[in-house]
Amino acid sequence: MADDNQEVSTPSPRPQGGRPDGPRPDRGPGGRDGGRKFFRRKKVCKFCVEKIDDINYKDVRLLGQFVAERGKIVPRRLTGVCTPHQRRLTAAIKRARNIALLPFAAR
Amino acid sequence: MQRAYEVMFIVRPDLLEEDMDKLIATLQGHATTAGATVVNTEKMGKRRLAYDVKKFSDGQYVLFVLQADGKAIHELERRMRVAEPVIKYITVRTDEEKQRLDKVRKLREAKVKRPPAGSQQAAEAESPSVSA
Repeated sequence: MADDNQEVSTPSPRPQGGRPDGPRPDRGPGGRDGGRKFFRRKKVCKFCVEKIDDINYKDVRLLGQFVAERGKIVPRRLTGVCTPHQRRLTAAIKRARNIALLPFAAR
Repeated sequence: MQRAYEVMFIVRPDLLEEDMDKLIATLQGHATTAGATVVNTEKMGKRRLAYDVKKFSDGQYVLFVLQADGKAIHELERRMRVAEPVIKYITVRTDEEKQRLDKVRKLREAKVKRPPAGSQQAAEAESPSVSA
């Protein structure tokens, strides 16, 4: 699970804040100011693309990709998930937290 | 009113296998006497907990899939609260989600079937005009 967290770890604070077409956070190494333009790509909703209908609270592997290192839910603007799916994702993550599959706050 | 529920609970990690089976059997018994039908039971094995629960950092997960009404669920939850080896539980109603999923799948199937037929017709309609 630690590996999954690494992928979507919260990016370093960016001056432009919530730009909708910012770089994908999981493109880690290129995320610094200089190389940003080259890593900008269209973000697409993982659930729409892979046709994942069921966002289940038991699927820790899947949910872990959308939880930051400290256990926070990664915002839509960073992951590219569409609104309806983010809503379901949030509910699933909260359920998983309740049954100790995911942390409320890590460390 | 019978509805589909999932009850997931965590059993303390130091409980032996046979005691665990006994516990599951008794809980199932309580559920059925309360008017629920147990559709499926799954032992999901030992897992590290994301945070400590009652000073345990590991736990054995068990999942019940039930058809039950609210009263039966209430009774089962009460039993689990009282049962000492159960350290945490969660009940999730699944029938609405299931319905939604079926609907989505049906829609998708319809969509997958239609476009090929449509494109074929379009191709047929196009080709004569090209040849002419």
